[in-house]
Amino acid sequence: MATAVASHAHPPTSTGLDHRKIAIWAFIGSECMLFASLISTYLIYKGRSVVGPFPHEACDPPKCATHLNAILNIPVTSVSTFVLLMSSLFMVLALAAVENKGKPGYEGILGSSKLWLFMTALAGATFLGFQAYEFTSFVHEGLKITTNLFGSSFFTLTGFHGAHVTAGVLWLVTLLAIDIKRGLGPKDALLVDISALYWHFVDVVWIAIFTLVYLIR
Amino acid sequence: MADNEFTHTNPEIDVHAMGEMHEHPTWKQYKWVALILTLITILEVWAYYMPAFVASPAFVPTLLIMSALKFAIVVAFYMHLKYDHRLFRGLFTGPLTIAMATIISLLFLFGKFAGR
Repeated sequence: MATAVASHAHPPTSTGLDHRKIAIWAFIGSECMLFASLISTYLIYKGRSVVGPFPHEACDPPKCATHLNAILNIPVTSVSTFVLLMSSLFMVLALAAVENKGKPGYEGILGSSKLWLFMTALAGATFLGFQAYEFTSFVHEGLKITTNLFGSSFFTLTGFHGAHVTAGVLWLVTLLAIDIKRGLGPKDALLVDISALYWHFVDVVWIAIFTLVYLIR
Repeated sequence: MADNEFTHTNPEIDVHAMGEMHEHPTWKQYKWVALILTLITILEVWAYYMPAFVASPAFVPTLLIMSALKFAIVVAFYMHLKYDHRLFRGLFTGPLTIAMATIISLLFLFGKFAGR
Protein backbone atom coordinates (compact mmCIF):
# COMPACT_ATOMS: atom_id res chain seq x y z
CA MET A 1 0.00 0.00 0.00
CA ALA A 2 2.84 2.33 0.91
CA THR A 3 4.41 1.63 -2.49
CA ALA A 4 1.17 2.50 -4.26
CA VAL A 5 0.92 5.82 -2.45
CA ALA A 6 4.55 6.66 -3.17
CA SER A 7 4.07 5.98 -6.88
CA HIS A 8 1.55 8.83 -7.10
CA ALA A 9 4.12 11.40 -5.99
CA HIS A 10 5.76 13.28 -8.84
CA PRO A 11 9.46 12.37 -9.23
CA PRO A 12 12.05 15.15 -8.89
CA THR A 13 12.73 16.95 -12.18
CA SER A 14 15.80 18.81 -13.45
CA THR A 15 13.85 22.09 -13.47
CA GLY A 16 12.12 21.43 -10.18
CA LEU A 17 8.86 22.05 -11.99
CA ASP A 18 6.11 19.51 -12.39
CA HIS A 19 6.18 17.92 -15.86
CA ARG A 20 2.40 18.11 -16.13
CA LYS A 21 2.42 21.89 -15.84
CA ILE A 22 5.27 22.20 -18.35
CA ALA A 23 3.32 19.88 -20.66
CA ILE A 24 0.12 21.96 -20.52
CA TRP A 25 2.06 25.13 -21.35
CA ALA A 26 3.79 23.36 -24.27
CA PHE A 27 0.37 22.12 -25.41
CA ILE A 28 -1.07 25.64 -25.17
CA GLY A 29 1.90 26.91 -27.22
CA SER A 30 1.15 24.36 -29.94
CA GLU A 31 -2.53 25.30 -29.82
CA CYS A 32 -1.54 28.93 -30.49
CA MET A 33 -0.11 27.81 -33.81
CA LEU A 34 -3.16 25.70 -34.65
CA PHE A 35 -5.50 28.64 -34.13
CA ALA A 36 -3.07 30.97 -35.94
CA SER A 37 -3.41 28.79 -39.04
CA LEU A 38 -7.22 28.81 -38.77
CA ILE A 39 -7.37 32.58 -38.17
CA SER A 40 -4.96 33.18 -41.09
CA THR A 41 -7.18 31.12 -43.37
CA TYR A 42 -10.24 33.10 -42.31
CA LEU A 43 -8.50 36.46 -42.82
CA ILE A 44 -7.09 35.48 -46.23
CA TYR A 45 -10.54 34.43 -47.47
CA LYS A 46 -12.24 37.45 -45.89
CA GLY A 47 -14.12 39.53 -48.47
CA ARG A 48 -13.48 37.01 -51.25
CA SER A 49 -16.83 35.22 -51.19
CA VAL A 50 -18.55 35.39 -54.56
CA VAL A 51 -22.07 34.54 -53.33
CA GLY A 52 -23.91 35.55 -50.14
CA PRO A 53 -24.75 35.59 -47.35
CA PHE A 54 -21.96 37.89 -46.22
CA PRO A 55 -20.86 38.56 -42.63
CA HIS A 56 -21.40 42.32 -42.36
CA GLU A 57 -23.20 43.42 -45.54
CA ALA A 58 -26.63 42.67 -46.94
CA CYS A 59 -26.78 41.05 -50.39
CA ASP A 60 -29.33 42.00 -53.04
CA PRO A 61 -30.16 40.73 -56.57
CA PRO A 62 -28.52 40.27 -59.02
CA LYS A 63 -25.54 39.36 -56.79
CA CYS A 64 -27.81 37.11 -54.74
CA ALA A 65 -30.97 35.37 -55.89
CA THR A 66 -32.99 37.04 -53.12
CA HIS A 67 -32.32 39.72 -50.52
CA LEU A 68 -30.03 38.37 -47.78
CA ASN A 69 -29.31 40.22 -44.55
CA ALA A 70 -25.87 40.52 -42.99
CA ILE A 71 -25.46 37.18 -41.26
CA LEU A 72 -23.53 37.97 -38.06
CA ASN A 73 -25.62 38.67 -34.97
CA ILE A 74 -23.36 40.93 -32.91
CA PRO A 75 -25.69 41.42 -29.88
CA VAL A 76 -26.07 37.65 -29.35
CA THR A 77 -22.33 37.02 -29.78
CA SER A 78 -21.51 39.89 -27.42
CA VAL A 79 -23.59 38.22 -24.71
CA SER A 80 -21.93 34.84 -25.32
CA THR A 81 -18.52 36.55 -25.17
CA PHE A 82 -19.44 38.08 -21.81
CA VAL A 83 -20.53 34.64 -20.56
CA LEU A 84 -17.17 33.14 -21.56
CA LEU A 85 -15.27 36.00 -19.89
CA MET A 86 -17.24 35.42 -16.68
CA SER A 87 -16.45 31.70 -16.87
CA SER A 88 -12.77 32.61 -16.58
CA LEU A 89 -13.53 34.53 -13.38
CA PHE A 90 -15.41 31.51 -12.00
CA MET A 91 -12.45 29.31 -12.91
CA VAL A 92 -9.90 31.37 -10.96
CA LEU A 93 -12.30 31.34 -8.00
CA ALA A 94 -12.57 27.53 -8.28
CA LEU A 95 -8.77 27.21 -8.23
CA ALA A 96 -8.49 29.59 -5.29
CA ALA A 97 -11.18 27.63 -3.42
CA VAL A 98 -9.27 24.36 -3.93
CA GLU A 99 -5.91 25.90 -2.96
CA ASN A 100 -7.30 27.56 0.15
CA LYS A 101 -9.68 24.83 1.28
CA GLY A 102 -9.88 24.73 5.06
CA LYS A 103 -8.28 28.13 5.56
CA PRO A 104 -10.10 30.75 7.62
CA GLY A 105 -12.37 32.85 5.44
CA TYR A 106 -13.01 30.06 2.96
CA GLU A 107 -15.77 28.22 4.76
CA GLY A 108 -18.52 30.04 2.86
CA ILE A 109 -19.31 30.65 -0.79
CA LEU A 110 -15.75 31.74 -1.62
CA GLY A 111 -14.38 28.38 -0.52
CA SER A 112 -16.95 26.30 -2.41
CA SER A 113 -14.94 24.72 -5.22
CA LYS A 114 -18.01 22.71 -6.24
CA LEU A 115 -20.02 25.89 -6.81
CA TRP A 116 -17.33 27.62 -8.86
CA LEU A 117 -16.54 24.52 -10.92
CA PHE A 118 -20.26 24.10 -11.58
CA MET A 119 -20.61 27.78 -12.54
CA THR A 120 -17.63 27.53 -14.92
CA ALA A 121 -19.03 24.42 -16.59
CA LEU A 122 -22.48 26.03 -16.79
CA ALA A 123 -21.05 29.17 -18.39
CA GLY A 124 -19.14 27.00 -20.89
CA ALA A 125 -22.29 25.02 -21.70
CA THR A 126 -24.22 28.29 -22.11
CA PHE A 127 -21.60 29.54 -24.55
CA LEU A 128 -21.98 26.30 -26.52
CA GLY A 129 -25.76 26.81 -26.49
CA PHE A 130 -25.27 30.26 -28.02
CA GLN A 131 -22.99 28.76 -30.64
CA ALA A 132 -25.51 26.03 -31.48
CA TYR A 133 -28.19 28.73 -31.84
CA GLU A 134 -25.90 30.79 -34.07
CA PHE A 135 -24.96 27.86 -36.33
CA THR A 136 -28.61 26.78 -36.64
CA SER A 137 -29.81 30.26 -37.53
CA PHE A 138 -27.01 30.63 -40.10
CA VAL A 139 -28.05 27.38 -41.81
CA HIS A 140 -31.69 28.55 -41.84
CA GLU A 141 -30.57 31.83 -43.44
CA GLY A 142 -28.72 29.94 -46.16
CA LEU A 143 -25.13 29.84 -44.90
CA LYS A 144 -23.61 26.36 -44.76
CA ILE A 145 -19.99 25.24 -44.68
CA THR A 146 -20.16 24.67 -48.47
CA THR A 147 -22.00 27.91 -49.38
CA ASN A 148 -19.02 30.24 -49.85
CA LEU A 149 -15.49 30.98 -48.63
CA PHE A 150 -16.84 32.84 -45.61
CA GLY A 151 -18.99 29.86 -44.58
CA SER A 152 -16.10 27.39 -45.00
CA SER A 153 -13.57 29.41 -43.03
CA PHE A 154 -16.07 30.66 -40.42
CA PHE A 155 -17.52 27.26 -39.53
CA THR A 156 -14.05 25.67 -39.47
CA LEU A 157 -12.59 28.33 -37.16
CA THR A 158 -15.51 28.69 -34.75
CA GLY A 159 -16.27 24.96 -34.94
CA PHE A 160 -12.72 24.11 -33.83
CA HIS A 161 -13.06 26.60 -31.00
CA GLY A 162 -16.43 25.12 -30.01
CA ALA A 163 -14.87 21.65 -29.95
CA HIS A 164 -12.22 22.97 -27.56
CA VAL A 165 -14.91 24.49 -25.33
CA THR A 166 -16.74 21.15 -25.36
CA ALA A 167 -13.57 19.34 -24.25
CA GLY A 168 -13.12 21.96 -21.52
CA VAL A 169 -16.67 21.53 -20.25
CA LEU A 170 -16.20 17.74 -20.11
CA TRP A 171 -12.94 18.25 -18.20
CA LEU A 172 -14.68 20.58 -15.73
CA VAL A 173 -17.57 18.15 -15.23
CA THR A 174 -15.02 15.41 -14.51
CA LEU A 175 -13.34 17.61 -11.88
CA LEU A 176 -16.74 18.45 -10.40
CA ALA A 177 -17.59 14.73 -10.19
CA ILE A 178 -14.29 14.08 -8.37
CA ASP A 179 -14.99 17.01 -6.05
CA ILE A 180 -18.46 15.67 -5.23
CA LYS A 181 -17.18 12.11 -4.75
CA ARG A 182 -14.12 12.68 -2.57
CA GLY A 183 -13.59 16.44 -2.38
CA LEU A 184 -10.80 18.43 -4.01
CA GLY A 185 -8.23 19.93 -1.67
CA PRO A 186 -4.85 21.68 -1.75
CA LYS A 187 -3.15 18.42 -2.80
CA ASP A 188 -5.21 18.51 -6.01
CA ALA A 189 -4.37 22.15 -6.76
CA LEU A 190 -2.13 21.24 -9.70
CA LEU A 191 -4.89 19.21 -11.40
CA VAL A 192 -7.29 22.15 -11.17
CA ASP A 193 -4.54 24.60 -12.17
CA ILE A 194 -3.86 22.63 -15.38
CA SER A 195 -7.54 22.53 -16.33
CA ALA A 196 -7.81 26.25 -15.49
CA LEU A 197 -4.92 27.06 -17.86
CA TYR A 198 -6.66 25.17 -20.66
CA TRP A 199 -9.95 26.94 -19.92
CA HIS A 200 -8.38 30.41 -19.91
CA PHE A 201 -6.63 29.62 -23.17
CA VAL A 202 -9.98 28.77 -24.75
CA ASP A 203 -11.16 32.17 -23.48
CA VAL A 204 -8.22 34.12 -24.95
CA VAL A 205 -8.68 32.43 -28.31
CA TRP A 206 -12.28 33.63 -28.30
CA ILE A 207 -11.13 37.16 -27.43
CA ALA A 208 -9.13 37.13 -30.69
CA ILE A 209 -11.93 35.50 -32.72
CA PHE A 210 -14.56 37.93 -31.45
CA THR A 211 -12.55 40.93 -32.62
CA LEU A 212 -11.14 39.54 -35.87
CA VAL A 213 -14.25 37.73 -37.10
CA TYR A 214 -17.22 39.56 -35.57
CA LEU A 215 -16.19 43.17 -35.03
CA ILE A 216 -13.66 44.08 -37.70
CA ARG A 217 -15.51 44.62 -40.97
CA MET B 1 -17.49 39.77 0.71
CA ALA B 2 -14.20 40.00 2.52
CA ASP B 3 -11.05 40.77 0.62
CA ASN B 4 -9.52 37.39 1.21
CA GLU B 5 -5.93 36.88 0.26
CA PHE B 6 -5.33 34.00 -2.11
CA THR B 7 -1.91 33.23 -0.74
CA HIS B 8 -0.47 29.77 -1.00
CA THR B 9 0.87 29.33 2.46
CA ASN B 10 -0.78 25.93 2.65
CA PRO B 11 2.05 23.43 3.16
CA GLU B 12 0.13 20.81 1.18
CA ILE B 13 0.70 22.76 -2.05
CA ASP B 14 4.08 22.31 -3.74
CA VAL B 15 4.31 25.89 -5.03
CA HIS B 16 7.75 25.27 -6.50
CA ALA B 17 6.58 22.33 -8.62
CA MET B 18 3.64 24.46 -9.79
CA GLY B 19 6.11 27.18 -10.78
CA GLU B 20 4.54 29.88 -8.62
CA MET B 21 7.24 32.46 -8.07
CA HIS B 22 5.02 35.18 -6.61
CA GLU B 23 1.74 35.32 -4.73
CA HIS B 24 -1.31 35.05 -6.97
CA PRO B 25 -3.84 37.91 -7.17
CA THR B 26 -6.47 38.44 -4.52
CA TRP B 27 -10.24 38.06 -4.91
CA LYS B 28 -10.46 41.86 -5.15
CA GLN B 29 -7.93 41.93 -8.00
CA TYR B 30 -9.76 39.14 -9.85
CA LYS B 31 -12.97 41.14 -9.51
CA TRP B 32 -11.30 44.23 -10.97
CA VAL B 33 -9.83 42.21 -13.81
CA ALA B 34 -13.31 40.88 -14.68
CA LEU B 35 -14.72 44.42 -14.58
CA ILE B 36 -11.96 45.79 -16.83
CA LEU B 37 -12.46 42.93 -19.32
CA THR B 38 -16.20 43.61 -19.40
CA LEU B 39 -15.68 47.35 -19.91
CA ILE B 40 -13.25 46.78 -22.79
CA THR B 41 -15.75 44.39 -24.40
CA ILE B 42 -18.52 47.00 -24.07
CA LEU B 43 -16.22 49.60 -25.66
CA GLU B 44 -15.44 47.23 -28.55
CA VAL B 45 -19.13 46.59 -29.27
CA TRP B 46 -19.92 50.30 -28.90
CA ALA B 47 -17.21 51.10 -31.47
CA TYR B 48 -18.77 48.58 -33.87
CA TYR B 49 -22.06 50.50 -33.80
CA MET B 50 -20.51 53.95 -34.44
CA PRO B 51 -20.64 54.41 -38.25
CA ALA B 52 -18.35 57.46 -38.22
CA PHE B 53 -15.74 55.57 -36.20
CA VAL B 54 -16.07 52.42 -38.33
CA ALA B 55 -15.32 54.50 -41.43
CA SER B 56 -12.25 56.12 -39.84
CA PRO B 57 -8.75 54.63 -40.24
CA ALA B 58 -8.50 54.33 -36.45
CA PHE B 59 -11.24 51.67 -36.25
CA VAL B 60 -9.22 48.51 -36.95
CA PRO B 61 -6.10 49.52 -34.94
CA THR B 62 -8.27 50.52 -31.97
CA LEU B 63 -10.12 47.20 -31.96
CA LEU B 64 -6.85 45.27 -32.32
CA ILE B 65 -5.30 47.17 -29.41
CA MET B 66 -8.34 46.56 -27.19
CA SER B 67 -8.36 42.88 -28.10
CA ALA B 68 -4.62 42.56 -27.43
CA LEU B 69 -5.12 44.27 -24.07
CA LYS B 70 -7.85 41.80 -23.07
CA PHE B 71 -5.67 38.92 -24.25
CA ALA B 72 -2.70 40.16 -22.19
CA ILE B 73 -4.82 40.75 -19.07
CA VAL B 74 -6.28 37.23 -19.10
CA VAL B 75 -2.87 35.65 -19.73
CA ALA B 76 -1.10 37.74 -17.06
CA PHE B 77 -3.68 37.58 -14.28
CA TYR B 78 -6.02 34.62 -14.84
CA MET B 79 -3.36 32.33 -16.30
CA HIS B 80 -0.91 33.69 -13.70
CA LEU B 81 1.88 34.07 -16.26
CA LYS B 82 2.91 37.29 -14.52
CA TYR B 83 3.43 35.38 -11.29
CA ASP B 84 4.72 32.00 -12.45
CA HIS B 85 8.06 30.58 -13.54
CA ARG B 86 9.74 32.21 -16.56
CA LEU B 87 9.96 28.85 -18.34
CA PHE B 88 6.16 28.92 -18.71
CA ARG B 89 6.41 32.44 -20.11
CA GLY B 90 8.89 31.19 -22.72
CA LEU B 91 6.75 28.17 -23.59
CA PHE B 92 3.83 30.49 -24.29
CA THR B 93 5.34 33.63 -25.76
CA GLY B 94 7.71 31.72 -28.08
CA PRO B 95 4.97 29.87 -30.02
CA LEU B 96 2.69 32.91 -29.75
CA THR B 97 5.34 35.05 -31.48
CA ILE B 98 5.73 32.43 -34.21
CA ALA B 99 1.93 32.24 -34.57
CA MET B 100 1.57 36.01 -34.93
CA ALA B 101 4.48 36.19 -37.37
CA THR B 102 2.81 33.42 -39.41
CA ILE B 103 -0.48 35.33 -39.57
CA ILE B 104 1.19 38.58 -40.62
CA SER B 105 3.43 36.84 -43.18
CA LEU B 106 0.50 35.01 -44.76
CA LEU B 107 -1.56 38.19 -44.94
CA PHE B 108 1.35 39.91 -46.72
CA LEU B 109 1.79 36.97 -49.10
CA PHE B 110 -1.89 37.00 -50.04
CA GLY B 111 -1.89 40.76 -50.60
CA LYS B 112 -4.11 41.71 -47.68
CA PHE B 113 -2.05 44.81 -46.94
CA ALA B 114 -1.83 45.90 -50.59
CA GLY B 115 -3.27 49.33 -51.37
CA ARG B 116 -3.55 50.46 -47.74
